Amino acid sequence: MSRTRRSNSLLFEIGNRVFLFLIAAACLLPFLYVAAASVTPPEELLVKRIVLIPSRVDLAAYRYILSTKIILQSLGVSVYITALGTLINIAMTAVMAYPLSRRNLRGRRQLLWMVVFTMLFNGGMIPTYLVVSSLHLLNTFWSLWLPTAISAFNLILMRNFFQEIPDELVEAVKMDGANDWQVLLRIILPLSLPAVATFSLFYAVGHWNSFFNAILYIRDTAKWPIQVWLRQIVLLSSGGFADATAISEAEYIPSQNTQYAVILFATVPVLMIYPFLQKYFAKGVLVGSVKG
Amino acid sequence: MRDRLLYLMLIPGILFFAIFKYLPMAGLSISFMDYNPFLGILKSNWVGLKHFLRLFGEPMFFRLFSNTLILAAYNLFFFFPLPIIVALLLNELAGQKYKNFIQTAVYIPHFISWIVVVGICYTMLSPQSGIITEILRGPGGETVNLLGDVRWFRPLITLQVIWKETGWGTIIFLAALAGVNVELYEAAIIDGANGWQRLLSITLPAIRSTIVIMLILRMGNFLDSGFEQVFLMQNSLNRNVSEVFDTYVYTSGLLNGQFSYSAAVGFFKSLVSLFLIVSVDRLAKAFGEEGLY
Repeated sequence: MSRTRRSNSLLFEIGNRVFLFLIAAACLLPFLYVAAASVTPPEELLVKRIVLIPSRVDLAAYRYILSTKIILQSLGVSVYITALGTLINIAMTAVMAYPLSRRNLRGRRQLLWMVVFTMLFNGGMIPTYLVVSSLHLLNTFWSLWLPTAISAFNLILMRNFFQEIPDELVEAVKMDGANDWQVLLRIILPLSLPAVATFSLFYAVGHWNSFFNAILYIRDTAKWPIQVWLRQIVLLSSGGFADATAISEAEYIPSQNTQYAVILFATVPVLMIYPFLQKYFAKGVLVGSVKG
Repeated sequence: MRDRLLYLMLIPGILFFAIFKYLPMAGLSISFMDYNPFLGILKSNWVGLKHFLRLFGEPMFFRLFSNTLILAAYNLFFFFPLPIIVALLLNELAGQKYKNFIQTAVYIPHFISWIVVVGICYTMLSPQSGIITEILRGPGGETVNLLGDVRWFRPLITLQVIWKETGWGTIIFLAALAGVNVELYEAAIIDGANGWQRLLSITLPAIRSTIVIMLILRMGNFLDSGFEQVFLMQNSLNRNVSEVFDTYVYTSGLLNGQFSYSAAVGFFKSLVSLFLIVSVDRLAKAFGEEGLY
């Protein structure tokens, strides 16, 4: 009896390891496929069709990308939008989260309700567009930064994190004559670096990956981020199906491996910062904070 | 006043919520007007429920509603249980290093943009050169075009969500699992309970309230149907199954300039969402769960 149980649990342990390995592989393989295909000579892609290890490395797609102005320029635009946007996000979120984390602030409950309600109900695309347009933000980067300056969800998580810092510490610093502004900058933020790092990652990835606001608000193609160009290049031009409207929208039809290379260009920056910040977010910030 | 500086610090945030969250809510009043951009919101004519009546009378309305609901139901049935299952399996892993490796790998897709996900999907399924097209190619060499096949639209959307979000979704359940009292398991083992019995009588009851809260939260954006994703996967061939409330608002409002009508469509959708989240929350409370608020 006990031997069968032990062998059963060993069997489960092995099966579980193999199964989870397959899931992890399924998450990573598409990237390897795209990376391999981007350096595969186009004629090999056409003939062999299933390529995981190319016969020789062909960097033509990358040379082509580096020679076209739009992709490099839009990468620059994306970096700019992401860097400044994240800075605005963190500043706005932290400066609002700190007062909301002070337990004796009057009106705190009402303000929190005002924030939470926006998670349950919103005006939607059209009224928001009209607000952005009437503020004359259309076609400027501010249209990408301001309407998303604070995420209500991140605000509440950051407030929870600030709240964990002992009140006595804050009071002690105030006794020494520091005002709230100094408390935030010298005590709260330095003690909350893991949280700030995590929220920076979330906000930055949000800016880097967002494309719809740019489609909605930005007409000038010189101000388009890489994701919008990626849509033009990969989705609208791939002859996946006979969609006449989509194909006519695209300016040219790039080669297969150029498409793969652009996908990689739009992905690699995120994959590069991920390992540095990954160690923070599993701990602390998200744990036990579903309810806000 | 002692807290003057604290209140000053609240001003930028309050302005943000007032201008970009509450002003658009007030702007929903254009759904009761014939809004004309040249006249502005103050001079446009009030028309009562005209746009809502038009929406309900539209032959498209039933299809919009059912497309949105079916897509949401696919997500609920096929995606929602997966993070729970994977979290339970991860929780059973013995080695911490191996567990960390798996977690790092399965979180990555969450950080990839929808354009890249849909782009990879397009290139892999492309009838000309897609790797999956080649694997599925029939014995007679016939090409399988999943992208052009209306029946495959919903499964593809759901598979993309599963690939992108399953790993990330485990975080919250893993946190709940970490809080389960180890002594309960030890006592159960002494009493002779097998793994399956421990799962049913200790683990699942312990994470039940987390599951319920995640379910309520999901109800809140039940009708959002992953707008960016659907927008990217939509083409003229699959519009019959891919047109949902959000895409309809975009095409009828911003592309065709019917601001008031599409604001009414969006308003209707938001109201139904609010109704869903409140009623599921009530239901959860009726069954003795904590609920959201």
